[in-house]
Amino acid sequence: MNDFAIETERLTKIYGSGNTEVAALRETTLRIRRGEVIALLGPSGSGKSTFLTAIGLINAPTSGRIVIGGELIMDGPSALTNLSAFRREHIGFVFQKSNLIPFLTARDNVQIALELDHWKASDAKRRALELLDSLDVADRADHFPSTLSGGQQQRIAIARALANQPSIILADEPTAALDSHRGRQVMQLFSQVALQHGAAVFVVTHDHRSLDVFDTIYNMEDGVIRLESAPLVQAQAGPPRA
Amino acid sequence: MLLMVVMGMGGIYRGIIEDATLLVDEVKADLWIVQRNTRGPFAEVSRVPANLVHRALAVPGVKTAREFVYHTIQRERAGDPLRIAVVGLSWPTDKGESLPIIAGRPLAQNHFEMIADSRLGLPLGEQIRLGKETYTVVGLTENMIGSSGDGLAFCTVADALDIQFDVPGEAVRLERQARHARGRLSEYGRKQPALTELAFAIPSEIPAFSPRQISAVMVTVAPGTTSHSVASIIAGWSDVSVYTSAGQRDLLLRGPVEKVRRQIGLFRVLLTIIAGIIMALILYTLTLDKLHDIALLKLIGAPNRRILGMILQQALVLGVVGYGIALVIGLRVFPLFPRRVILRGDDLTQLAGIVLVISVLSSMLGIWKAVRVEPNEALSG
Ligand SMILES: Nc1ncnc2c1ncn2[C@@H]1O[C@H](COP(=O)(O)OP(=O)(O)OP(=O)(O)O)[C@@H](O)[C@H]1O
Ligand SMILES: [Mg+2]
Repeated sequence: MNDFAIETERLTKIYGSGNTEVAALRETTLRIRRGEVIALLGPSGSGKSTFLTAIGLINAPTSGRIVIGGELIMDGPSALTNLSAFRREHIGFVFQKSNLIPFLTARDNVQIALELDHWKASDAKRRALELLDSLDVADRADHFPSTLSGGQQQRIAIARALANQPSIILADEPTAALDSHRGRQVMQLFSQVALQHGAAVFVVTHDHRSLDVFDTIYNMEDGVIRLESAPLVQAQAGPPRA
Repeated sequence: MLLMVVMGMGGIYRGIIEDATLLVDEVKADLWIVQRNTRGPFAEVSRVPANLVHRALAVPGVKTAREFVYHTIQRERAGDPLRIAVVGLSWPTDKGESLPIIAGRPLAQNHFEMIADSRLGLPLGEQIRLGKETYTVVGLTENMIGSSGDGLAFCTVADALDIQFDVPGEAVRLERQARHARGRLSEYGRKQPALTELAFAIPSEIPAFSPRQISAVMVTVAPGTTSHSVASIIAGWSDVSVYTSAGQRDLLLRGPVEKVRRQIGLFRVLLTIIAGIIMALILYTLTLDKLHDIALLKLIGAPNRRILGMILQQALVLGVVGYGIALVIGLRVFPLFPRRVILRGDDLTQLAGIVLVISVLSSMLGIWKAVRVEPNEALSG
């Protein structure tokens, strides 16, 4: 075990081939500590989503390595473990929209993540309610996503992302569909989660107004990630995961 | 809906077979004696003399022998065509007591009464004119239908023959004149002119004319003898052919019913295939609709196995619901059909099995699509 939740080593992603070749990631090397809350900024098309999906193990890189929790997971395009099981246990996702399964209630959306991880139905139900409660949406547990506001949906998505106590939470423009006030609330929630659960949180965002909640801010341009502002207090990286 | 049609087709198929063989089964004869080399009396016309009954009775081992008359007529009633399959009962041994009479009574006199099937739409007490006489409907049966699907009407053999061989008065007079003319030209007429007077007598008084002929003779065999041994004796007579009732059934199924049966069988297969394709399309579009959600499920770590299970489950639910609806609607609608629809337990289970297979097969397309979807498709849209 080392201190890093995710390490990438010369990660490169090239879409297409020949004339249509696009290098979305160029030898990106990055280390994310446990409990670190990171924002990734950058112009459209700079490769932010590509990087996020690569470390989220849903988009295999062309070359380079991904190490998660000290374990080598991706060596170039080849996976060294069962990715869907690994995702289920270690990674929570939150996206801009269409995060929730529309024909399941808020609680079932959370519960299904637990059941996929072999929880007993009754335990899963209890835990789902606890999670929704901790995010202040317990009163909407039996509502379907379409009847909820964007902020509420995002909270439920976060509840689901937290369900299996992942060590990493990845979010791609989670506040794009929200007003600035709600957006800020969601961002604060992320830093809170990092603090409470010791999870590393990696957020791709365009929202410059709530950058103050992040420990570290990176900027991406043309497939290359640069440090924008270092953590204020390096030592306070958050408690290790329970 | 389509399943209902498939089910109905199956029912009609059974119904046709059942109807076709109903009469053979219902009259409970062991042997049928018909005109030599014919496949009568249902598959084709058969004529045997009425006295064949007495010859048959003389064969050792024969318990009873009865005349059988069967022919189909088409008349009009209130402007609509009315097809009746007339069956003669041999009065007085058979008054129709053994028929499934649901209203009214069996025949009480040997003329001018009939028992009609309710399918014919003739109410009790209805007077119907056939030939020169008026017949009264005294009893109603249920589900007594001839091999062509027409309702049966039962009257005495004599009446049935009257109906069958009815000749208008003018035709009779013309025939008598013609007979007279032929008689005078023949050798007998020239030698004995008095003989030509016979031409004006009714046919039964003229020895040269055979009595009216019946369709077949039904024989029951006395206990202790096999119908086989009796049949082998009668088979030796060179003017008739003999069939066991199983043989008669067979003749019917391979004869007049065969084509209809094959047609409906084919329809059934086609419809099943169409139902399968439609179900596959429905399931496929349902899966396409959910592709985004499936991608999402994969994203949060659902294994393929689990997603497979979901699609399969959906397919089975669809199949079961479809089958249930088909059955419920079918049970209500089928009695309104012009032909009898018989739903047999084993046919229904067979169909259920087919539906199951269709469901599973048709979900394959959706499953194939679902397995290939990448989790990161959840991000788009
Ligand atoms: N599936 C793909 N096939 C081919 N090219 C792709 C694919 N996905 C992304 N790209 C290309 O890779 C580059 C980076 O895309 P990416 O989605 O990572 O950008 P982004 O920084 O997330 O942009 P945005 O801020 O608009 O979301 C772009 O030039 C894009 O056209
Ligand atoms: Mg993006």
